[in-house]
Amino acid sequence: MKVELRDRMALILIGLLFLHVPAPALAQQAAPTYAITHAKIFTLAGSTIDDGTLVIKDGKIAAVGASAEVPPGAQVIDGKGLQVYPGLFDPVTQLGLSEISAVNATVDTSETGSFNPDVVAATAVLPSSEHIPVTRAAGITEVLAVPGSGGFDSSGRGVIGGQASAFSLAGWTMDDMQIKRSVAMVLNWPTIQTRTFDFATFTRRERPYSDAKQEYDRQVSELTDWLDRARHYAQATGHGGPSDFERDVKLEALAPVVRGQLPLLVFADRARDIQNAVEFCEKQKLRMILAGGEEAYKVKELLRSKGIAVILRPMLSLPPEEDDPYDSLLGQPARLSEAGVKFAIGSFDNSFARRLGQNAANAVAHGLAYEEALKSVTLYPAQIFGLADQVGTLETGKIANLIVTNGDPLELTSDVKYLFIRGQLTSTDNKQRHLYEKYLNRPKP
Amino acid sequence: MNRLRFPVLAALGLLGVTATIAAPPDSSPVIVIQNATILTVTKGTIEHGSILIRDGKIAEVGPSVKAPKDATVIDAEGKFVTPGIIDCHSHIAIEGGVNEGSISVSSIANIAEVLDSDDIDIYRDLAGGVTTANILHGSANAIGGQTIVIKLRWGQPASKLPFEGALPGIKFALGENPKRSNFSVPGQPRRYPATRMGVEETIRGAFTEARDYKNSWDAYNKKVAAGDKSALPPRRDLHLEPLVEVLEGKRYVHAHCYREDEILMLLRVAKEFGFKVRTLQHVLEGYKVADELAAAGVGASTFSDWWAYKVEAYDAIPYNAALMTRRGVVVSVNSDDAEEATHLNQEAAKSMKFGGLTHDEALKLVTINPAMQLGIDKRVGSIEVGKDADLVIYNHDPLSAYAVVQKTLVDGRVLFDRAQDIAGRAALDKEKKDLLAKEKAAAKKPEEKPGAKKPENPPKQGEKPKPPAEDEATASSTHGGAL
Repeated sequence: MKVELRDRMALILIGLLFLHVPAPALAQQAAPTYAITHAKIFTLAGSTIDDGTLVIKDGKIAAVGASAEVPPGAQVIDGKGLQVYPGLFDPVTQLGLSEISAVNATVDTSETGSFNPDVVAATAVLPSSEHIPVTRAAGITEVLAVPGSGGFDSSGRGVIGGQASAFSLAGWTMDDMQIKRSVAMVLNWPTIQTRTFDFATFTRRERPYSDAKQEYDRQVSELTDWLDRARHYAQATGHGGPSDFERDVKLEALAPVVRGQLPLLVFADRARDIQNAVEFCEKQKLRMILAGGEEAYKVKELLRSKGIAVILRPMLSLPPEEDDPYDSLLGQPARLSEAGVKFAIGSFDNSFARRLGQNAANAVAHGLAYEEALKSVTLYPAQIFGLADQVGTLETGKIANLIVTNGDPLELTSDVKYLFIRGQLTSTDNKQRHLYEKYLNRPKP
Repeated sequence: MNRLRFPVLAALGLLGVTATIAAPPDSSPVIVIQNATILTVTKGTIEHGSILIRDGKIAEVGPSVKAPKDATVIDAEGKFVTPGIIDCHSHIAIEGGVNEGSISVSSIANIAEVLDSDDIDIYRDLAGGVTTANILHGSANAIGGQTIVIKLRWGQPASKLPFEGALPGIKFALGENPKRSNFSVPGQPRRYPATRMGVEETIRGAFTEARDYKNSWDAYNKKVAAGDKSALPPRRDLHLEPLVEVLEGKRYVHAHCYREDEILMLLRVAKEFGFKVRTLQHVLEGYKVADELAAAGVGASTFSDWWAYKVEAYDAIPYNAALMTRRGVVVSVNSDDAEEATHLNQEAAKSMKFGGLTHDEALKLVTINPAMQLGIDKRVGSIEVGKDADLVIYNHDPLSAYAVVQKTLVDGRVLFDRAQDIAGRAALDKEKKDLLAKEKAAAKKPEEKPGAKKPENPPKQGEKPKPPAEDEATASSTHGGAL
């Protein structure tokens, strides 16, 4: 309690001294230059600096090193006893797309219909979502909002779900926050499901294998057809085409996919589905990133040999089969790491996004090297989605999305003392802390 | 709740695990755990301490104990021992569905009758250090079914699971779930109650009947005691009997709730009818009315940091457990989920960060506090002489994301042992592959089994069934969709 109050006082003091602004910090006037001094800096690019300085200017990291100079006029944050890390990057979320999952009116995660390549997550991300401040208080500074992948009802999520968008977790509008509008195209790999669960009526449904297989074949054939048409379309438009060429926004959206410019984020969990998806993408010459991957360890050689990276769903999940080892998901990151499969960890959620670090720590507890765990929630998602030139490490020129903590950012009890997003000193306040303070001060009845 | 079941493989998993882990039920080994950091919960921390276990109970605890020569020694150098974790809200070990959702008062249904001792989640939760769980129905009904406290005695039949002497309970539910806000079935009329007002009246109506029913039995018993041989007993009512037990203090009320208004509503109704609410479950807005909870002496069993999955969870805060604790409420952190149960130690730790509980206070949230809430704190919940030897050995401070359970003991028997579990996997894998091969071989000769279903793609004659490649493809790819 005392520690927390004191630190909050410090934050308030900084606010009074320098900013006089609510969170997120104002962008109208030029952001001040900051220097964090005498901190232990985990750059994740080369060795850790035990006593270093990090300079933030114009939203970017301007300098980092043991002997980096504090620019004149910079606001200095004494980092003695504190640690600096790149902010965490949650690579699969519904952040901003879903506020209260049980209330349809607040949920914009999945379009109807099976093929929606033209929809883009960035369009529906609500910058004032209460989830954003709650999530960044856990040290997460940027995320991918992924459409068409969430929700209880996996049968209703479609095949091509839309385009995922990367954004920083502070800003007044999505224009401020956006890192990249179109980062990947979501593909929910069709599965042969004989048993489904209908959440609308809370009933189980069963159907014969032949029916399920027929539906699977139909979906794969439809998908193939879409890609073929997109290829023809891309070819025609690529050659200048006739001026009265009839535009098709869906095929236009798929063109970068068939050209190999935009990766497919392929959701598949079971070994057979992953194998099928890998074969399909190879045959179609598409860039594939696997998402989910509950049984990725069973096909790790395949993933390694094809160079396919995986965004793992939380390790804090039960194994899919009753007779799987109880810790098969907890131990999977270590096994993938040993096998040389590149992976990142995602929350696959919005309200549980703040458990990202906890999940990574649990992977360490089950054999993953600590630095690999840290990278799997910072650098690796950035690399996998082609954003490592902007985020993921503490290097000069990158977006200043970083956290200053009093301990290991993956551990349950560590606190984020200072949070920088896009170079702005950003408050860790949120709806939940406000409610806490309000009711902490409720007089005795 | 839509977990797929694979009977053959389930049986297989069971055989293997019970064979390697569970001791025969008749033996009760003498065990000494040595050199451990012992987190007793109620009597402080003992560094380099030992625990002597005899007859399933904790016989001695201290810096050193007098161990007999034939005792089994567990060297816990560098490790941490805690009492077994108690999960005050669980739905494991239930055969079939958890909701009897057809009626608003389903007190007739009893979890004790559908305990499933083969549920793999018992083993998985044991592997997360859980030794005792309060098994409840779902929250479809204002007054739900009868609940039971079990020990996670993996390998024992269902009849051995109930926690001896623990009072049974009954599940109540308030708010969105009993009023079916998020579960409307298209084409079907809405069920009463459909508002929080109706939920109150459903409970009040049921207890009005129960009170009358009790009075008629009291009157009858009085007549019989007075020697009236012509007295006719009232007709038995199995819906009302559990509610009479609530009125008589013989059955605990565990009430699912979220919002501050509905919490106070239930406390008012309980006062009106003269019964106690034992625990408020979830109680995510408990922090708003913490003083009222403390004054009513009701326990609160909540989540660590779940929020925003529905409107009544939108004001949920991770400070809830700490704030209620500071206002004098006995608080526990529960799972409501077989997976969440596997890391309740971590969930408890979050209350140190959110609200500043001490290490001891945080650990209490999943040990002695839920034991008090379930009325079993004389038996479990702390490491004290005479208590049940329900213990967990961690490789690290349990209030950390880096802690992994090494062993879990129930009644002085090691029912989960991580090293043994890992060592047994190769044999289990082989057993499974052999069984699958056998099944395939049987399917290959349909002519020997008249009426047997012809496989869709029979292997060519003379072709060997292809064994799955190491680690690459197992049940899911060879079996998956066909099941």
